[in-house]
Amino acid sequence: MSELLQFVLSGVTVGAIYAAVALGFTLIYNASGVVNFAQGEFVVIGGMTAAALIALGVPVIIAAPLAVIAGTLVGIALYRLAIKPAGKAPLVSLVIITIGASIFLRGVMQVVFDKQIHRYEGFSGDDALRFLGATLLPQSLWIIGGSFVVFAALAWFIGHTHAGRGIRATASNRFAAVLVGINTGRAMNLSFALSAGIGALAGVLATPVTFTSYDAGVLMALKGFSATMLGGVGSPAGALVGGFAIGLIEAMTAGYISSDYKDAAAFIVILLVLFVMPQGLFGRRTTERV
Amino acid sequence: MTLAKLGACATALALLTAAPALAQIKIGASLAVTGPASFLGDPEAKTLRMLVDQLNASGGINGEEVELVLYDDGADPNKARTFATRLIEEDEVVAVIGGSSTGATMAMAPLFTQAEIPFISLAGAVVIIDPVQKYVFKTPHTDKMACLKIFEDITKRGMSKVGLISGTGGFGKSMREQCLAVAGEAGVEIVADETYGPGDADVTPQLTNIANTAGIETIVNPGFGQGPAVVTRNYAQLGIKLPFYQSHGVASDSFIHLAGDAAEGVRLPATPMLIPDQLADSDPQKQPVVSYIKDYKAAYGEAPSTFGGYAYDAFQMVVAAIKAKGSSDSNDIRDGIEETKNYAGVTGVYTMSPTDHLGLNLTAFRMLEIQEGGWVPVE
Repeated sequence: MSELLQFVLSGVTVGAIYAAVALGFTLIYNASGVVNFAQGEFVVIGGMTAAALIALGVPVIIAAPLAVIAGTLVGIALYRLAIKPAGKAPLVSLVIITIGASIFLRGVMQVVFDKQIHRYEGFSGDDALRFLGATLLPQSLWIIGGSFVVFAALAWFIGHTHAGRGIRATASNRFAAVLVGINTGRAMNLSFALSAGIGALAGVLATPVTFTSYDAGVLMALKGFSATMLGGVGSPAGALVGGFAIGLIEAMTAGYISSDYKDAAAFIVILLVLFVMPQGLFGRRTTERV
Repeated sequence: MTLAKLGACATALALLTAAPALAQIKIGASLAVTGPASFLGDPEAKTLRMLVDQLNASGGINGEEVELVLYDDGADPNKARTFATRLIEEDEVVAVIGGSSTGATMAMAPLFTQAEIPFISLAGAVVIIDPVQKYVFKTPHTDKMACLKIFEDITKRGMSKVGLISGTGGFGKSMREQCLAVAGEAGVEIVADETYGPGDADVTPQLTNIANTAGIETIVNPGFGQGPAVVTRNYAQLGIKLPFYQSHGVASDSFIHLAGDAAEGVRLPATPMLIPDQLADSDPQKQPVVSYIKDYKAAYGEAPSTFGGYAYDAFQMVVAAIKAKGSSDSNDIRDGIEETKNYAGVTGVYTMSPTDHLGLNLTAFRMLEIQEGGWVPVE
């Protein structure tokens, strides 16, 4: 019994990290249809900045917001310097630009920070919480809480604010959005800033558990992207559910079947789901006019 | 191309070929200075540069200056092969150090064998020197030796039932296979065998299963990078009380830093470089270890790593071979390296032979325990 609970807690911890990363994918996709392959780097920028500041003696309560701001600024720079100049380039080109940006950001981080692995203490210490024979790190609660807060804020923002609706309109049909008076450039800019900020926040929260290094973003983005695909691209609820689902599948496979197959099991489930529901669990069914 | 341009090219070429005439002895190196294995190649390259400068400042080898031709292969076997060709054909080096990774080493080895140039690898895997190739040597211990050293300590403590939790990266995978292969002859039994991925944030399911295995007495974690620190933290989180062993892959202060209090009591096999102050004055390795650490800190303002030590030993053995033979002919250097006897380096005491191109035995590893955030030898 305590075994099962331990597996669940492990799955929820890992799943919350995937979900936090996955949430960052949704906004940029919502605004532009672009899957941002530099999302993992935003996560690392958040973690590395926080680690560097904390190492300098800055208290975590100041370092954490500063790290999120740093990530946000990089997101804005990415849009202004790389995406916007590409203008009306097709989607595929924009996606490839984000791949280039991710390689560039990894290089810059090697120089700005270093090549070492970093970590800082959990916000509420590192002593495990115990109940019913299972254990959980207090930082896991921070990550889970963070994911839900981001999810709620994002769902409200996209669904109920003028700016959020502007982002959705931009994604749906940029030309029509311009015609009805939506500033699509600003909507895009906003989506990159918020996505980067969400990514950096995920990094700040997760680093005490996952550790971070300049090249950690690739694996982070891979798992986060898998969660996004499973849940349905562009849906905050999907990102959340997809993240927890993958985390739990991995933990259960590692616990009850074999740790060798845990990654494979997660990908098999994703494949099966996408066969039946190509738009993902929560994705909107879209029809293309030809 | 115009005639004038051709002429300019020819002059430039002449200048290029004329310039290195000053350097008498050319030693080549291809290391992973950048890329995923840069934590290996970076200290290795720094060590080689420092040693060459030191050597030339003190008059070189028998009055001849040494030139280091260093390439960055980024641990990419294809690049390494290209650089190996360049070292042989263009740079005409007399000996080569490098291959930070096993992949790069194995890609280069056939070329140096064919060109009859001695090649000392800085990579871990046992395949580099087993079977022995005439021109290929290496300085780091093998992962098989690490397994044997850990199992030796386990049986000494009266235990035999081992649970393995290994990383699925190259290092962890290779060491896991070696540990499984030598468990029988070492007198231990592997009763649990779990793995984790390189970026995994939580391995409590695997550790829960290991801890619940009937009769288990100790846990061994072959792995590299952040994985072992995550495993160690999860081990403490679950409150597991079994003796816990890490590998030489994490033998550095950054492991203690990353794993924190959870690392207390963890044992691992390592080189004497981690405990310079605790070595006996009679220890033949004390002097090289202390002076290498001091010089490296003076040159780069940071402590050297075990990996830099591999390059230190490789370079010193090449220099010793040239001095002993009084010749910088490639074949003479090869013979000289093979005749190395009781060379006390920073990694261990080397005695090469035609059947042993590593020259280390288990005494090169010291079993260390982490106590109060520092390293303490257990023997």
